[in-house]
Amino acid sequence: MFAYLLRRLLYAIPILIGVNLLTFALFFVVNTPDDMARLQLGAKHVTPEAIERWKSEHGYDKPLLLNHAAEGSAQFTDTIFFQHSAAMFVFEFGKGDDGRDIGNEIRNRMGPSLAIALPVFVVGLLVNITFALLMVFFRATYLDLWGVVLCVVLMSISGLFYIIAGQYFIASLWKLLPISGFAGGIGGLKFILLPVLVSVVAGIGGGSRWYRTIFIEEIGKDYVRTARAKGLSELRVLFRHVLKNGMIPILTGAVVVIPTLFMGSLITESFFGIPGLGSYTIDAIQAQDFAVVRAMVFLGSVLYIVGLILTDLSYSWVDPRVRLQ
Amino acid sequence: MDIQPVILWTDGLIFALLAGVLALAWSISRQEHLRAPWAAVGRRPMAMGAALVLGVFVAIGLLDSLHYREKLADSPVDKPQYSVEVLSVFDALVGDLRTRNEKTYSAPLAMHLYAKEFVDRDGQAVREYPRLQYGGAHLRDATERRPDIVRRSAIALTQGLAASLLLFGVLAAWQARRAKLSLGEWLTRWGEGRLGWPGRTLVCMATLLLILAGVLMHLAAGYHVFGTDKVGQDVLYITLKSIRTGLVIGTLTTLVTLPLAISLGIAAGYFRGWVDDVIQYVYTVLNSIPGVLLIAAAVLIVQGYIESHPELFDNAAARADVRLLALCLIMGMTSWTGLARLLRGEALKLSTLDYVDAARAFGVSHTRILSRHIFPNVFHLVLIAIVLDFSGLVLAEAVLSYVGVGVDPSMHSWGNMINGARLELAREPTVWWQLGAAFTFMFTLVLAANLFADGVRDAFDPRREGGR
Repeated sequence: MFAYLLRRLLYAIPILIGVNLLTFALFFVVNTPDDMARLQLGAKHVTPEAIERWKSEHGYDKPLLLNHAAEGSAQFTDTIFFQHSAAMFVFEFGKGDDGRDIGNEIRNRMGPSLAIALPVFVVGLLVNITFALLMVFFRATYLDLWGVVLCVVLMSISGLFYIIAGQYFIASLWKLLPISGFAGGIGGLKFILLPVLVSVVAGIGGGSRWYRTIFIEEIGKDYVRTARAKGLSELRVLFRHVLKNGMIPILTGAVVVIPTLFMGSLITESFFGIPGLGSYTIDAIQAQDFAVVRAMVFLGSVLYIVGLILTDLSYSWVDPRVRLQ
Repeated sequence: MDIQPVILWTDGLIFALLAGVLALAWSISRQEHLRAPWAAVGRRPMAMGAALVLGVFVAIGLLDSLHYREKLADSPVDKPQYSVEVLSVFDALVGDLRTRNEKTYSAPLAMHLYAKEFVDRDGQAVREYPRLQYGGAHLRDATERRPDIVRRSAIALTQGLAASLLLFGVLAAWQARRAKLSLGEWLTRWGEGRLGWPGRTLVCMATLLLILAGVLMHLAAGYHVFGTDKVGQDVLYITLKSIRTGLVIGTLTTLVTLPLAISLGIAAGYFRGWVDDVIQYVYTVLNSIPGVLLIAAAVLIVQGYIESHPELFDNAAARADVRLLALCLIMGMTSWTGLARLLRGEALKLSTLDYVDAARAFGVSHTRILSRHIFPNVFHLVLIAIVLDFSGLVLAEAVLSYVGVGVDPSMHSWGNMINGARLELAREPTVWWQLGAAFTFMFTLVLAANLFADGVRDAFDPRREGGR
């Protein structure tokens, strides 16, 4: 078990190096620091001196990979690659264009992101499973058929529509909840309710249809027939047998998402004014702050890989037949 | 009138795709085992109704992909000069819908502007809602508006019904002749749904579409059916123009990356060993980067490149078009991994089968085994993936345009409409029509695509047969 975990962690390193090299190539080789400076300064202020000044302010005035001017190990360390890309391995993200420390911002913004993303994840899972079970219970009836059609209809509505409609009707027209904002503590609950509600509703269509397929597949298996033959009621079969076994693919499928919950949701956070990582990313994209985008790419990859490892572990945890070797 | 045809990059690809689809359809129709699943799709009422709606969208998109430039009226004969504005056949068909611009917002079917202005009346400046320049300009006063709308709708309804009845008559006569039935017998079979194809659904759907088209056309002749936007442009026109953008993103994105996904996926599954390791490594790396961020980064870079090289593009349409194509490429780069993984698994399974072993024993080359024995057997997976990805991509465009890394701001797209209309709901009175029109059209297209995709998947995937 421990050896397996160690091997998985070691396997993660080449992947992170790959991500790092890819972002380095994208942000420094394809899009050179000169281009960045030009974009940031705007068309009017582009002079060679201004570009040089901007580059030295941001530490981009060094050579990309190898510094021939320096001595000894500084040949490798006094470069853009070492100071801006390799440094991310120890979570040194440097400063954004607004001069603030990116690592610090990430720590401060994780909380609000999680305050939205975690309830959405848990409530969404519960709601979707409930709807899926209802459809499975009434399977092969008109209720099931129209349930599936309703799911497809809900899936076909743009996520933006749910947010805009939710804000307009619930917050603006009926004034039930504040339209946007965030506060810590128990007073912040009223700000969280609407984004959570909207996100859960937006996910119902796709989620419950997917879970319904899993349960339907489960219900065709032999042990279900045995359970029915024993004379168990349909409800009991559904809740004691099908639900339990169907939860295996559902939970293991959901595990990969858990670490990325820290990243928050881009659109939801920016619409509802949540000071989380999602809105941080959007602001960075819109301000073309490449340092922040680079940091978020790396952070996202790390969290995704953690999710993959957790998924493997959860397989062996829920299904003892799976051995980790 | 002299015109100069303009073939934008996406136009060329769209028509290449169309030619490919037609060629594929022709070859499928000649082989019994390939035709069977499509015949099964053809028997599903829901899928065929959706296909009809999709067909209307595709037709509009194709008409909007035939671009040209008009010759300037005062250009010399020996050295003709063309307008910088790139138009399409669709623009020519809708006539003056494109040019009938008001000053600013006006509500759907309104005859007055949304905002009050100072109007000169009998030498006195009065503050009131001014009349629109085009919307309801044929009316004398506000009392005539409602009867006029009702009259136009009624005419459209009758014409739509008549056209549909005519089409249905022709269809019935033709089909009855083909099936060697009397007309009455064919009609009874049609009414009872015993034709072997969903005749009732298709006829009802076609009637509905004809009536809708009629109502839109008759009302659009005298009003702005969906109102006008901030700069006074007709919202119906913008929405219809957005169809092409949505279709291009939904289809070309998958198309441009198909070669990559197919070759890498099959190679990984067939060759195994280090080839498999390398390919798996590549797609795990790409997969682990959050998709939106990778797209955003790449789009920002492309945008910077386009802005710093204005000399490469001779007009605004070409610039917007290159950006659209770049967006398709970038979105494809982040989404090919799913299909590649699927194909790898399938190729892994197929390569252990006896007939592949037999082919190897005969000394058939790898390329030939891959192209003749593996690829045809995974092709249905590729097809299902294309159809299933479509709707997700159309929806993704709106989100990306909202983030600011979508299509060019000058290009008509639903994402740009929604993005532009973000603050309109906060106005007093509410400006809802631009959002409403964009969401309605996007919803219709995506729903039709989803229903059609369901039909295709159910027909091709033997495991799902009767799995309700």
